[in-house]
Amino acid sequence: MTATLERLAPVWFTVALFAVWEATCRLLEVDPFILPAPSEVFGALVQYWRPVLRHSLVTLWTTMAGFALAVVFGIALGLVVGWSRTVYRGIYPVMVGFNTIPKVAVVPVLVIWFGIGEVPAILTAFLISFFPIVVNVATGLATMEPELEDVLRALGARKLDIMLKVGIPRTTPYLFGALKVAITLAFVGSVVSETIAANAGIGFLMAQAGSNFQMPLVFAGLVALAVEGIAMYGVFALVERRMTRWAFRSSGSAAA
Amino acid sequence: MSTPFVALDDVTLTYPGRSGGGASGDVTALQGASLSVGRGEFAAVVGPSGCGKSTLMKLVTGLVRPTAGRVAVDGAAVGGPVKIAGMAFQNPNLLPWRSVIDNVLLPLEIVEPHRRRFRAEKKQYRQRAEELLATVGLGGFGDRFPWELSGGMQQRASLCRALIHEPALLMLDEPFAALDAFTREELWCVLRDLWQRIGFTVILVTHDLREAAFLADTIHVMSARPGRIVTTRRVEFPRPRDLEVCFEPGFVDLVHELRGRIADVRAA
Repeated sequence: MTATLERLAPVWFTVALFAVWEATCRLLEVDPFILPAPSEVFGALVQYWRPVLRHSLVTLWTTMAGFALAVVFGIALGLVVGWSRTVYRGIYPVMVGFNTIPKVAVVPVLVIWFGIGEVPAILTAFLISFFPIVVNVATGLATMEPELEDVLRALGARKLDIMLKVGIPRTTPYLFGALKVAITLAFVGSVVSETIAANAGIGFLMAQAGSNFQMPLVFAGLVALAVEGIAMYGVFALVERRMTRWAFRSSGSAAA
Repeated sequence: MSTPFVALDDVTLTYPGRSGGGASGDVTALQGASLSVGRGEFAAVVGPSGCGKSTLMKLVTGLVRPTAGRVAVDGAAVGGPVKIAGMAFQNPNLLPWRSVIDNVLLPLEIVEPHRRRFRAEKKQYRQRAEELLATVGLGGFGDRFPWELSGGMQQRASLCRALIHEPALLMLDEPFAALDAFTREELWCVLRDLWQRIGFTVILVTHDLREAAFLADTIHVMSARPGRIVTTRRVEFPRPRDLEVCFEPGFVDLVHELRGRIADVRAA
């Protein structure tokens, strides 16, 4: 009974959120131009489902492309950084500085380099989701138990052996944790870029709808984005649970 | 006496201070330490905390080089990882993504000549690991995962991992310190039996004087940092020893005497 209740909690909570939103808009007679009620937002979704779907798919593609790049390069750089203390010390301040730059500020540069379109969106998604992957992979390697390293080194293990047998497997929970964060960030990146300089994508759709004063459509775009974000987060949470089951179980501690 | 299997000759080890702190930051862990352990001997090293016992482990296994003096194992000066040592620590350090048996097999994937043969002869190696697990009372637990085992069982598996490649030297750094008293005594007996059956050389670093007195042939007492060996005491209780020996007057006297020595070096 309570278990089912707990499992369905996200559904109830979401429904309640929309209910409160709807009720507030109606009771306080909020101008739909300021905040459209959910009924109007869903109305817009139904009415404009074709363009919303088309632009959503563009955003999904640019986000996933940027994210895929971030995964490949993030893991590679994370391994290098985690491997060597010198590289770690050298590269870390640069990385932090780079991550501090608001990615919005980079979009115009990317537009000048690559023109308006999908490439700046992909690259912005890449840039924004890259950092957490690097940091987590490097942390996973750097926090390896020194005693275990001693055991293997005393046997004549090379650094590569230690990485393959211990370092990399032990990094996987950190990596999958980072992927969940990174995928949501990647959406932020691509949408920011689309809003500024694109001719397709949810960000573009919302910018257009906004300048036409179609507030329900703007909010419909937000809902579509949220759905995509939750779906991708869910996918990676699932992958995480399957790939690193030991990390979840071991926290449950030993049996008698 | 024949040439010792492990010999430390007037060994000093100084760790440099942290990042450019100058000479004042240097830490001398060992100062003029000498120690010799015969082949097949069970040696225990006891001392106050922070006396450089763990440094001793790293020196003998070749993980660090002495600042001065000479370390030799099996007649040859140690210049790098010795590759003939098995190690176990207070923390069992089992890999949670590997089953118990795969944890035990880990050293064979690293050390020659097993490394080359490992893939081809996996079956025989698994058999060997199963047998070793059975001798420490973990028969049938090979396919479990470490988190499904109690602390004592994990430590047994850790001992198996240290012994699977049949090392000539077993280095133990307070392996039983985190266990409850009953489990600890159980594991003393497990270690005693393994040692008597296989006959490797053991260096056991411990805080527990009863543990040292029960298991060892010789007990070396270390001074506070910078550490050196201040007393070496032979333990003459006949073998095979039973846990009952811990309650004999001679045993109590020995522990009392060691306790006094440690108190002296702590005060010094």
